[in-house]
Amino acid sequence: MPTFRASSNGPDWRPVASLATLRLRARALQRVRAFFADRGLLEVDTPQLSAAAATDLHLESLQVSQPGGAALGWLHTSPEFPMKRLLAAGAGDIWQLARVFRGAESGRRHNPEFTLLEWYRVGWNAAALMDEVDDFLRAVAGPENRGQIPIEVRRLSYREAFTSYAGFDPFVAATDDIVRQLARHGVAVPNSLGDDRAACLDLAMATLVEPALDPRQPTFICDFPATHAALARLKPGNPPVADRFELFLGGMELANGFHELTDAAEQAGRFEADLDARRARGLVEPPMERRLIAAMTQGLPDCAGVALGFDRLVMILAGASHIDEVLAFPWGHC
Amino acid sequence: MATYSTNEFRSGLKILLDGDPCVILENEFVKPGKGQAFNRVRIRNLKTGRVNEKTFKSNESVESADVVDTDMQYLYYDGEFWHFMVPDTYEQHAADAKVLEEAKDWLKEQDLCQVTLWNGQPLLVSPPNFVELKIVETDPGVRGDTATGGQKPAKLETGAVVRVPLFIEEGEVIRVDTRTGAYVSRVK
Repeated sequence: MPTFRASSNGPDWRPVASLATLRLRARALQRVRAFFADRGLLEVDTPQLSAAAATDLHLESLQVSQPGGAALGWLHTSPEFPMKRLLAAGAGDIWQLARVFRGAESGRRHNPEFTLLEWYRVGWNAAALMDEVDDFLRAVAGPENRGQIPIEVRRLSYREAFTSYAGFDPFVAATDDIVRQLARHGVAVPNSLGDDRAACLDLAMATLVEPALDPRQPTFICDFPATHAALARLKPGNPPVADRFELFLGGMELANGFHELTDAAEQAGRFEADLDARRARGLVEPPMERRLIAAMTQGLPDCAGVALGFDRLVMILAGASHIDEVLAFPWGHC
Repeated sequence: MATYSTNEFRSGLKILLDGDPCVILENEFVKPGKGQAFNRVRIRNLKTGRVNEKTFKSNESVESADVVDTDMQYLYYDGEFWHFMVPDTYEQHAADAKVLEEAKDWLKEQDLCQVTLWNGQPLLVSPPNFVELKIVETDPGVRGDTATGGQKPAKLETGAVVRVPLFIEEGEVIRVDTRTGAYVSRVK
């Protein structure tokens, strides 16, 4: 990463990413477009600013005000809702490169504004989409990076990942046991976590499972517990699991995919439950996206969708350890 | 009492944990794609010097520690306490051996150093990165040997023992890096 010295002529105006990295980024963008054009998906672009917002307990949407202070709307955290409305309108397979915004996310792998690549396949399930994500990775990496992404892709279930690397079964372990396992691995568990079992699983995922995965091997973790279903449909079974996957590469979560929930009533119920949980914690309660519920009531086709962090993909291709290295002007420089 | 949100965490920030002042050494924001976000931090307890890992739920807030670094002049040692003075205000502070652990081998009377105060009490004394001290004891110099790279121990006026090149003589003043205890150069 080039280090520029602040000049005597005012603030540092220079880009953080090197020009070589920006060229690599541009090449990756060209390959993304070529990949979807070859496969016949329709490129769409949907608004960044919306009257409704994500209700997810762990996503903080940024709110935009009018001059004078009156609220105008919310910046999207992903283009998922309008893309699903397009699917309900019969658009077929669609894709989009979206600039999205998430408040209170900043770190080595997080910038408050980032580029999310999202695509949907009508009539597909999560397993079929995982195969396509794998093809996509190789296409974007290109021949010059062939060595960087091994042929062997690994798939393991959420349960296998936890029993192998965290030392407990995420479907049966009691919260106390999870906390004990975390402590045994040297992860201090904040007292404020209390008996929030889902958050304990998240901590174990981030501190025990993720670091244990081979950073050079694309690894899909699938079949999440129902508490982690988000917008995925549940697969019947004992216990039922969410038909959802996450892709890990380079020691990071790179993509998240769902066999999408299509049941409007269940979707509305999950939004309501999110808002109840937000209220209980004293968090902001953004207006839920009722237009999505209306579209789903009309009929969302059976489909699978995935969102992939484009900046993180560039990090892997560039061998960067900080997201700032692949952004011309990361937050703090713009 | 002032507080910091985890959003404001960065290395160097001084916070109060379990009643002890601590400094954040590293802060890592971790968040599963759809789930609870955490800040994992490495912290040094400024009282005990111990380094620990701690995890916070993101957006939690933590009390700030009233810790300030002040440049002071080292005055004298009375056999129990080391005495320091703020040059501008003549305000004086006394610190015990625990506080001086890192610094006492490098401090010469009149030298400036950094004293970390917590609620007005000395918590830590840091010597300057480089000090110039006289050699009070070492084997006789090997004349002309500036090339072989050999070294020998030398005792300094403050009591510290450092490795110096063979050509250095007793009575010479040398420059030492206090962070590593390494000889840097001769001072003429």
